[in-house]
Amino acid sequence: MRMKTSPWVMTLYILFLLVPIYWLVNMSLKDNTEITSTFTIIPRHLTFENYRTILTDPSWYMGYVNSIIYVVENTVISIAVALPAAYAFSRYTFMGDKHLFFWLLTNRMSPPAVFALPFFQLYSSIGLFDTHIAVALAHCLFNVPLAVWILEGFMRGVPKEIDETAYIDGYGFGRFFVRIFMPLIASGIGVTAFFCFMFSWVELLLSRTLTSVNAKPIAAVMTRTVSASGMDWGVLAAAGVLTLVPGALVIWFVRNYIAKGFALGRV
Amino acid sequence: MDKIQNNRAWFLVLPVLVIVAFSAVIPLMTVVNYSVNDTFGSNDFFWAGLEWFQDAVTSDRIHEALGRQVLFSGIILAIEVPLGIFIALNMPRQGFWSSLCLVLMALPLLIPFNVVGTIWQIFGRVDIGLLGHTLAALGIDYNYVSDPLAAWITVVVMDVWHWTSLVALLCYAGLQSIPGAFYQAAKIDQASRWSVFRFIELPKMRGVLLIAVLLRFMDSFMIYTEPFVVTGGGPGNSTTFLSIDLVKQAIGQFDLGPAAAFSIMYFLVILLISWVFYTVMTNLDRDGGN
Repeated sequence: MRMKTSPWVMTLYILFLLVPIYWLVNMSLKDNTEITSTFTIIPRHLTFENYRTILTDPSWYMGYVNSIIYVVENTVISIAVALPAAYAFSRYTFMGDKHLFFWLLTNRMSPPAVFALPFFQLYSSIGLFDTHIAVALAHCLFNVPLAVWILEGFMRGVPKEIDETAYIDGYGFGRFFVRIFMPLIASGIGVTAFFCFMFSWVELLLSRTLTSVNAKPIAAVMTRTVSASGMDWGVLAAAGVLTLVPGALVIWFVRNYIAKGFALGRV
Repeated sequence: MDKIQNNRAWFLVLPVLVIVAFSAVIPLMTVVNYSVNDTFGSNDFFWAGLEWFQDAVTSDRIHEALGRQVLFSGIILAIEVPLGIFIALNMPRQGFWSSLCLVLMALPLLIPFNVVGTIWQIFGRVDIGLLGHTLAALGIDYNYVSDPLAAWITVVVMDVWHWTSLVALLCYAGLQSIPGAFYQAAKIDQASRWSVFRFIELPKMRGVLLIAVLLRFMDSFMIYTEPFVVTGGGPGNSTTFLSIDLVKQAIGQFDLGPAAAFSIMYFLVILLISWVFYTVMTNLDRDGGN
């Protein structure tokens, strides 16, 4: 039995969420004259010219490629290092474990603005400036702690008896972890990947500071629509719409785990 | 769950330690270094002691930014938390509509921060934006570029638009974990809707609600990109929050010393709040979670 819910509340809220997005899509389908000179709720002259500008110009679409490269690198690194650590936190007590966990959490909470300039100098000095891996490593600052946190929550739900049985059956740690344990928390790994993807994808300050040409993310490329002849609103809107696509695809695949992941495995 | 005492677990934690130390400790030490030195460029540094810290503590500019920051975080928490709970209570619980709502609600969370800013910048403009145009047509004087109040409203509404779903999704996850028997018991006792909420749903949501409040507090406390894109911190300084002020100082004016001292104090505030968060959360876990 459930309490009654009112469909009106949800309808209004979803409408509130979608109207600004609709306006962006609407603008991306008009040309600049129509945007600036008239006010139309529905595009009068439907045009895909703005999208064509982006998808045929390497300096535009490479922005998307760059973003996706460093986001994927970051997700892989974060999960690879967070898996064993989360296992250690969920199964063992060891010297300084609570302090270490707290210290990790503080990194999730530290403002990127504080780190922007030192990161720039650090990565310049070791010759990684303007590479994808630099941004991926910088994003580890907040994604690794988050990954450890979420994975630990999921791993705690797996009974310890499973580990013990596997060891008795003669499994070594590595084989047990990959063959038995990881499949058990597969959904947790999926949720973690989603969150790493999301936070790396939406971040702008660090990725913009650490890149100039070769690894420039799409978010930074978008700023160039401001030119001497005024704003190129149509292209800007089209670029914005295209940044929504990867996110929307990812959400669709993990929709059943989203809520649980947001509670960081603690529900 | 009983855990085994085993110090060799450190080997499992080592990769995380190395990678986070690389991206957290080294930059932080750089900041500490700057905060106690003065420079005239070209890498000449002079010991400045605590001068920058004194400047930062007494600076009106930082006080104002901090005041605006606290006000902003307060306002958005006061709106997003009750609204998020309300939305979560009204979400369909299963089936196709539930999935659809989840997907649509999560959509704003996955938009890059500057695109969120762009969406609202376009949406709110009087000449080409739906919101600005409609308000102007209704005869309401709204212009976020020149009017501080309108700029504030725009930034707050944008944040509500962007992040209320996070609170709602968290509360939804909490509500899903309440067994149906609880509601049946409440029905037998003829409990009112309010007392069901007050004595069953709210206590069950306590854990996730705490996470929601603190995540929202932290993230709003370090907000940068969205208001920067929409208002650029203006008009005047009216929407210059802590991070915006910091970036203006560090990268715009290249005042490394003061900016670094400012960063460290900013970081200490965050650290203090994180500590409170962590303590409360571990206590909740010890009490048997939610």
